[in-house]
Amino acid sequence: MADKFATREAYGKALIEFGKEYDNLVVLDADLAAATKTGMFKKEFPERFFDCGIAENNMIGVAVGLSLSGKIPFASTFAMFAAGRSYEQVRNSIGYPHANVKIGATHGGITVGEDGATHQCLEDFALMRTVPGMTVICPADALETRLAVKASIEMNGPVYLRFGRMAVPQVCGDDYKFEIGKGVKLLDGTDVSIIANGVEVEQALIAAELLKADGISAAVVNMATIKPIDRELVIAEAKRCGCIVTAEEHSVIGGLGGAVCETLSESCPTPVLRVGTEDCFGRSGPAKELLSMFGLDAAAICAKAKAAIALK
Amino acid sequence: MEQKRISELSEIARQVRVGIIEAVHSASSGHPGGSLSSADILTYLYFEELNVDPAKMDDPERDRFVLSKGHITPGLYSVLAQKGFFPVEHLKTFRKSDSNLQGHPDKNKVPGVEMSTGSLGQGVSVACGMALAAKLDNSPRRVYALMGDGEAEEGQVWESAMFAAHYNLDNLCYILDWNGLQIDGPIDDVIGPTPFDTKFAAFGWNVVMADAHDFNSLEKAFAEAKACKGKPTVIIAKSVKGKGVSFMENQASWHGAAPNDEQYETAMNDLKA
Repeated sequence: MADKFATREAYGKALIEFGKEYDNLVVLDADLAAATKTGMFKKEFPERFFDCGIAENNMIGVAVGLSLSGKIPFASTFAMFAAGRSYEQVRNSIGYPHANVKIGATHGGITVGEDGATHQCLEDFALMRTVPGMTVICPADALETRLAVKASIEMNGPVYLRFGRMAVPQVCGDDYKFEIGKGVKLLDGTDVSIIANGVEVEQALIAAELLKADGISAAVVNMATIKPIDRELVIAEAKRCGCIVTAEEHSVIGGLGGAVCETLSESCPTPVLRVGTEDCFGRSGPAKELLSMFGLDAAAICAKAKAAIALK
Repeated sequence: MEQKRISELSEIARQVRVGIIEAVHSASSGHPGGSLSSADILTYLYFEELNVDPAKMDDPERDRFVLSKGHITPGLYSVLAQKGFFPVEHLKTFRKSDSNLQGHPDKNKVPGVEMSTGSLGQGVSVACGMALAAKLDNSPRRVYALMGDGEAEEGQVWESAMFAAHYNLDNLCYILDWNGLQIDGPIDDVIGPTPFDTKFAAFGWNVVMADAHDFNSLEKAFAEAKACKGKPTVIIAKSVKGKGVSFMENQASWHGAAPNDEQYETAMNDLKA
């Protein structure tokens, strides 16, 4: 497998790449530029980078003002503060006027690691998904991150992009085509379809290999866009395999699992088991250990896959 | 300012106030107190200060106005109607389910509204972003935000104050409508956001005091704001809540209440030319 990169790292690089192409692209941060990797953009384009200090709520408003004046602002901080602390600013100042603001939220999920529960945002998909008109994306690797940043610049409207701290391998093929609102099947299978995003795509691919050894044929779908959810693909996978497992680095409440369940319960009732954190806070520890401890690793996906098949 | 111009502005402000009462009376709800305290400020902004033209709202070089105290839509809509953004008659549809005139301003529904506001403390941050954009564009356009005195209790206001001073946004001007009353009572009984002048000064702002009901005073204050280079300006405008309607003046209870038919008649009588 190729070198590993954190999606936050790829985000920083993408900002520079597209900053060259779009001279109206501006970047805001809230004293976390070294961690969110917007510092890379700051170095390249200091005149288009604005540190807002530890004042996320104001940063969101500033981003809106810039967007209403023709700029394409990327506002960055940790997912916890972007989606959590500033939820109401995102809802009322970005969402309600449908401002063209891109939120680059890094350090999402349990793999924040040692910083622990206060910084491990496991609720951002759920929160951001409830804002009308908000697009919510969580890319799986560096390659998809670049494409997601590009696509979010090219669309007019608010986008919440969630990136991770932990380095991850490339899981999307070099010829990968990214489209907002479209899932991509990375692996074919017939017994169960695992719909995953972010770091869980790698775990899902490992799980599919493990299941194969047990004679189970598992498909893997990378569902980077949580909203709008790719209803067509979700329903097609449910019809094809007869059961679904969702996997995300997020609470089982309201995220990708929630979106898939909502889609299927209304349009194609099918057994769905969700891999995610079980309505609990995180804790400190090395990222990899936490993935296992919180039931987010390949072994946990395998167990849910077998249980889902048994429900058919 | 010439007496003739003062008379003209006073007449516009009177009509703005009539529109405020029409709107809240028709809706049987809304926020007349703070609308009336801001009526002269809004009139001065739209008829003296702002470079805005209803026919050219797609001009990127227009000045921007953000109503950060978003609940005073009766005041904003009334002045926009006077300015010609939409017919004055529309004020009677205020807050109705088939009207564009929402309880709090929606930029995508009402011509002339630059930003959807209502949740206090947020509009001022958006104004900061607009002022920063003007700086990036090397544009002379200016940005104004009208905020409430109670609104100054929101922490985000001070986040924005820190930001605007740090980035030397001298093209930005807040107007703080200091009517002294919020929903729960006098601002200094509720929590005490004062003093405003030394707080803003400590945050690095140019502070100008004004009488919110005196056009000469407002003219002088806005001229000082424009003349100040290197830092943003806040005009702290001392006002009377409910100004112009006898029974509403200095009454916190008229922050968010509508007059009944009898009170409406009294108010209209108070506002007669």
